[in-house]
Amino acid sequence: MDFGLTDDQRDIQRTARDLLAERATPARVREHAEAASTDTALWKELCELGWPGIAIAEENGGQGLGTIELSILCEELGRSLAPVPFLASTMAACVIEQAGSPEQRERWLPGLASGETIGALAGALDGTAELVVSGAEAGVIVLIEDDGSGRLLTPEEAEVTPIAAIDPTRSAARVSASEEAGEALEEGCPGLGQALVAVSSELVGVSGRALEMTLAYVKDRKQFGVPVGAYQAVSHRCAQMLLDTEKARSLTALAAWSADADPEGLAEAAAMAKAAASDAGREVTAGAIQMHGGIGFTWEADVHWLYKRAQIDAVLLGGAGRNRARLAEILADRISASTPA
Amino acid sequence: MDLTFSPQETAFRDEFRGWLSENQPPPEPPADAGDDAHYARRRDWQRHMYDGGWAAPAWPTEYGGRGASQTESAIYYEELGRSGVPLAANTLGLLLGGPTLMVWGTPEQKERYLAPILSAEEIWCQGFSEPDAGSDLASLKTKAVKDGDEWVVTGQKVWTSGAQYSKWCMLVARTDSEAAKHKGLTYFLMDMEQDAVKVVPLRQITGEAEFNELFIEEARIPDANVVGGVGNGWKVALTTLMNERAGLGFALQIGLRRLLDNLIAVAAEKGLLENPLYADAIAELHVRCESIRLLAWKGLTDAERYGQPGPEGSLVKWLWSDTNQRATQLAVDVIGPQALTVGTEWSYELLRARGNTIEGGTTEVLKNIVAERVLGLPRLKVAA
Repeated sequence: MDFGLTDDQRDIQRTARDLLAERATPARVREHAEAASTDTALWKELCELGWPGIAIAEENGGQGLGTIELSILCEELGRSLAPVPFLASTMAACVIEQAGSPEQRERWLPGLASGETIGALAGALDGTAELVVSGAEAGVIVLIEDDGSGRLLTPEEAEVTPIAAIDPTRSAARVSASEEAGEALEEGCPGLGQALVAVSSELVGVSGRALEMTLAYVKDRKQFGVPVGAYQAVSHRCAQMLLDTEKARSLTALAAWSADADPEGLAEAAAMAKAAASDAGREVTAGAIQMHGGIGFTWEADVHWLYKRAQIDAVLLGGAGRNRARLAEILADRISASTPA
Repeated sequence: MDLTFSPQETAFRDEFRGWLSENQPPPEPPADAGDDAHYARRRDWQRHMYDGGWAAPAWPTEYGGRGASQTESAIYYEELGRSGVPLAANTLGLLLGGPTLMVWGTPEQKERYLAPILSAEEIWCQGFSEPDAGSDLASLKTKAVKDGDEWVVTGQKVWTSGAQYSKWCMLVARTDSEAAKHKGLTYFLMDMEQDAVKVVPLRQITGEAEFNELFIEEARIPDANVVGGVGNGWKVALTTLMNERAGLGFALQIGLRRLLDNLIAVAAEKGLLENPLYADAIAELHVRCESIRLLAWKGLTDAERYGQPGPEGSLVKWLWSDTNQRATQLAVDVIGPQALTVGTEWSYELLRARGNTIEGGTTEVLKNIVAERVLGLPRLKVAA
């Protein structure tokens, strides 16, 4: 058993963190959030570095690295709240690579890997997805219905209406398509597990950053003559924020590892990761606002961007409740499989 | 990252699992047989494990163990927990006393004490907590005064499990009332077989008495039974406490897994996994249980690679105790009111679980530890 990263993975993590600390500073994120614009310069730079193709196979134009590497980038992008369409595009690529036909792979993956094409992916109900992250920018959209059936759509094949979601660091759209529009993907949408790892990783990054900002604040802010972080009402909430984050992190690591090394365990691990990460994202960023007190409720403080990102990510591909329901099905199936008829 | 076990570790697991399947503990005594009969069973079971070479695989071979790695030792506890066998009678000696002596004991002490711990010939108990020194252990008042080549000890200890069966007590007492509170303590091995030590069972909310109070009135301890030097008791005690968290955690974690698997089976049988309320609650317990397993293994493997276990271990204990309480509480709803009748497994587990968030560090203290040592938050100075 080894939970550590390899030297190469550590390098990726360090490089990503350093780069984003320089390029996606809080001031720059705020600038784009207030203008509701994508940071195209940063996105171009990330594309040149090959980020969007990190987990896409080399034969499909990517770097052919694993889900753990993908997870590392998602976490760092979540930490920084970089205003780029990385997550949505990556999630679409994961599903197209594993559930797409050879023609579909050939058509879309090289562009998604280079970043020339932006992808988006969302859960839909009868052909309509109310909130598709990066949907307004996407050249290819994957819609997945509750029953696991998925299809590929170009913006021309669907009705794409830009919407203003509470998180302005990324664009969003409502996407609607008629029953016959688009091309079907393989039943059950393999690749969805990997997409769940990506969004869970981003939530872990968002949670980790929210905790860090909170710690810095409560060590500094004084009331009644002492740093407020010395009060147990505050410090115990911070401890709870750490517990929630580490819980989500441990399960996300398991899911990322499963995607590459134990595909049979992935469905369960991904559902556990998304359930824990959705809860953590909501609770930890809400805690961050609360622990910042009045300042945390102002537009001026940066914690609300984290809260808003977490809210969007928490419902992507099903929230905690949906994933727990999925888990309960997996548990029930396991029991009926082990019980002689 | 590799979340599988090495072939050597798997072989170790297979070997012990094989041994456990061929070697069962003696039959459980009847429900009304009393604590002594249950204890005798645990003692017989430890002797049987000892004969099979499985009493303490983590101990070095020179002391009768197998020199198992930390990972193998955790596997050993996982397998013990999974099989549902009772705890060895001398668990405190095996897990705490022995390893503490290996670090701090003199060659003579190791020679004298280690072997009988392993064979369950001499049972050990732990005399740390006092009525006025629980979470604030270093404020303990039990006093030891030098008299020739002996120490004379007077005071009171509480939460001493197995004291009535014990030959030796790991006792921390104050030997210098002038010194700063952590500095005036000394760690002793006290012979329990003397009239000056009175053991009074402490009945707990389950009705049984796992623990005792010790009333110590001028008990005698030879100077040779000081462990780790006079005035060094706090450090020695910390070694004991570190070991408490490390090994047993894996048995507890798997114990929760077993309980939850039983609960899931009952819920499935009653069709409750299709009921969204129950499905959600059970799935959440499953998520927590998996996370506990992962965090426990992460803590252990990080410690193996990078040295000492970090205070992150506190997260595991906190999450485990809280989850065990939730699981046993949900069980009452899944099973129904029968789960609240005396003598059932579920009513026992429900009541016993209340102790989980108190014993071995209360959740409140664990949160303080996390806040101060992991998150680096300042400590509030409380007026004395």
